[in-house]
Amino acid sequence: MSLKVLVGCKRVIDYAVKIRVRPDKLGVVTDGVKHSMNPFDEIAVEEAVRMKEKKLAKEIVVVSCGPQQAQETIRTALAMGADRGYHIDVAADKMATLQPIHVSKIMAKLAEKEKADIVMLGKLAIDDDSNQTAQMTAALLDWPQGVFASKVDAKDKGLEVVREIDGGLETINIDLPAVLSADLRLNEPRYATLPNIMKAKKKKVEKVKPEDLGVDITPRIEVVNVEDPPVREAGQSVGDVEELVGKLKDKGF
Amino acid sequence: MSAATNMRSLLRGSQFFRGCVSSRNGVATQTVPATGGELTNSAVPVVTSLDISAGLTDDQKEFQSLAINFANNEMYPHMAKWDQEQIFPVETLRKAAELGFGAVYTSEEYGGTGLSRLDASIIFEALSMGCVSTAAYLTIHNMVTWMIDTYGNEEQRSKWVPVMATMEKLGSYCLTEPGSGSDAASLATVARKEGNKFILNGSKAFISGGGDTDVYLVMCRTGGSGPKGISCLLVEKGMPGLSFGKKENKMGWNSQPTRAVIFEDCEVPVENVIGVEGQGFNIAMSGLNGGRINIASTSLGAAERSLDVAKEHTKVRKQFGMPLSQMQHTQFQLAQMGTKLVASRAMVRNAARALDAKHADTVSLCSMAKLFATENCFEIVNTALQLHGGYGYLKDYPVEQFLRDIRVNQILEGTNQVMQIIISRGMLVD
Repeated sequence: MSLKVLVGCKRVIDYAVKIRVRPDKLGVVTDGVKHSMNPFDEIAVEEAVRMKEKKLAKEIVVVSCGPQQAQETIRTALAMGADRGYHIDVAADKMATLQPIHVSKIMAKLAEKEKADIVMLGKLAIDDDSNQTAQMTAALLDWPQGVFASKVDAKDKGLEVVREIDGGLETINIDLPAVLSADLRLNEPRYATLPNIMKAKKKKVEKVKPEDLGVDITPRIEVVNVEDPPVREAGQSVGDVEELVGKLKDKGF
Repeated sequence: MSAATNMRSLLRGSQFFRGCVSSRNGVATQTVPATGGELTNSAVPVVTSLDISAGLTDDQKEFQSLAINFANNEMYPHMAKWDQEQIFPVETLRKAAELGFGAVYTSEEYGGTGLSRLDASIIFEALSMGCVSTAAYLTIHNMVTWMIDTYGNEEQRSKWVPVMATMEKLGSYCLTEPGSGSDAASLATVARKEGNKFILNGSKAFISGGGDTDVYLVMCRTGGSGPKGISCLLVEKGMPGLSFGKKENKMGWNSQPTRAVIFEDCEVPVENVIGVEGQGFNIAMSGLNGGRINIASTSLGAAERSLDVAKEHTKVRKQFGMPLSQMQHTQFQLAQMGTKLVASRAMVRNAARALDAKHADTVSLCSMAKLFATENCFEIVNTALQLHGGYGYLKDYPVEQFLRDIRVNQILEGTNQVMQIIISRGMLVD
C-alpha cells in the first residue's frame, strides 16, 4: 500500500497549565500561556509516521487551523516525521467560535484536494472535548470511520481497526479511504530529534485561508459566558442509611 | 514522549511535571547571530527574562521544548533514586543521545548534531531541570566528543565520533591530578615515547565517569615543563597499564562515578595523539570556554526548577493564617531569586553568543558567566531550600539534591578563584 495520510493537529493550551477565566468572562486567558499540540493529535501523527515506516503510507500531510502560532504545531509534527503541512489561517479572535463543523469541512475539502486515503485526527481536543470532528469529516466525505482507535492494521484492501468503546474493545473492518480518530492507547508518541527539528525547517508549509477552500467559518455560536466551576463545598455527614436515602429522595434522585 | 505520556501518567495517578516554556512577543527586534556566528533571517528580540524561552529563535524554542520534555519524563522522576543509589543511568544517556544530545555542538560530518554553543547552553539548562548530575556528565561527554572532532585527524574522527555521538562509547576528560588542580600547567603525568608507543606514568584525580567510560582524553607531559610540553592522548579502556582508583563518595553528582585514573607503564599507540605534540594545553584551554558555559548552564537549570518549586510551595504553605507568598519578606526573597536567575541566564547566554561569534572577549565572558552563574544560582537554590522550611531538608523534596549537585560547579572547570584570576588578568592588560 502507499497511502496518503492527512493528519489534523490542533494547538491547545498545554494540559499542565492552570486555566484562568478572562476578566471579561468570555473565554480563558491564552496570552503568554504555554500551548502545545493536542496530545491525541500527537498520537495521530505518531500513528501516521509508523504507517510510513511500515511502508503502508507514502506521504503524511498535516493540517492546523489558527493564527501564526499554529505553525509551531505544524513544525512539531514535521519534526516527528510528517512530510509537509497546511496552515489554515484563522485569526486568534475567531478561534473561540471555530467549531468542529467548520474544521471538518476544511478537512474534507483538503482530503479531496490531496486525494488522501486516510484522514487521521485525535479523538478529541483537550480544550473543548468535542469529539465531533472525525465523525463529521467522515459524514461530509461519506467515508467509513474508525474512531477511538487503539489499533490500526492493514487488512486486505482496507483497514482493521480495534476501537475502545464503553463495553470494551470492538474490531471493525473498513474500506479505504477512511477517517480514523486516535485514542490514548493507540501508541506512545516519539520524541522529535534535534536533527529532525532542523530538517523540519526545510519542509513545505502552505498557508491557506478557509475561504480559499470554499469554507465559511462564520460563527454559528456565540459565547455568552465563561465561568469557573463552582468552588467545592463541604459535604454533609449523615447518621445512617435511612437518613442518606431520605436526603437523596429530597434532592430528587 | 511529552504530553501524551504525561497524560497517561496523570490518568494513572502518578507524578507529572510541568514544563516551563511559554512564548511572548517582544517589541523592538534585532538580527542576532544564531549558528556559528551567521545572521538569521528572523529578527528576534534578544531579551532574556524569567520566561526561559524568551529571546530564543523558533528552532531554539523547539530544542528547548524537547529537552524540557525529556528532562521531565526521563530524568526528574528518577533523579533522587540515581542519587541515593549511585546509579549511572547509561540507558537514559543513550536515549538522550538518540535525540542528538550526545554531541550537540560537534560537527555533523561524523555524526554530531552541529548546533551552536547557545543551542547547547539552552539544552543543558533544560536537561539540568531533570537531573543536574546526569546533565553535567552529558556536558563532559559532549566536550570530549567535540575535542576529538575538532582536533583529531580523519582516522580518529571517523573511528570515535560516530560511536560517541550515540554514546555507545562514553568519554572522560583527564586534566586534574592529585598535585595539580588550579595550577593545571604543572601536571606531572609523563608520556615517554618508545618506538611506536607512548609509555604513560602518573595519575589523574576526580575523573567524571572514570572506570565506567571507554575513551579517556589525557593531558600529559610529552615535552619539557610548562604548558608547551603538554600533549593530548586518547587512551582507551583496556589498554595495558590503565587502572582506576576506588569510586569516590561525593556530596553530589552521585549519578556519575568519579575515580582516579592510574597509568603504570600504560602503553598508548603514537597514533592516539590528538592534534600534535605540544598542543595539549591549547586544546584543554579551548575546551574549557565551552565547558564553563556548560557547567554554568547546569546551575541555571537547577535554579530554574528550585525557584519554581519554591514559588509553588509558598503559595500553598500557610502559617499565621496566610500563605507564605503573601508575606512581604517571602515576596522580597522571590524577587531577589528571580533577579539573580535572569542576570545569571543573561550572562551565560551572552558568553555562549560570544563563543559562537568568536568574539575577542570570549575568554573573559565565559569566565565571568561561570563565576556569576554558579555563585548566584547556588544562592537561589539555597534560598529555595530555606523557603521550604523543614521540608527543604528532606530527601522527599528535590531542592536539597539540587543544592548538593550544583555546589561543585563553583569548584570544577576552573575554580571561581581561577575565574577571577582570568578576569582580572584580562582587565589589567595595558
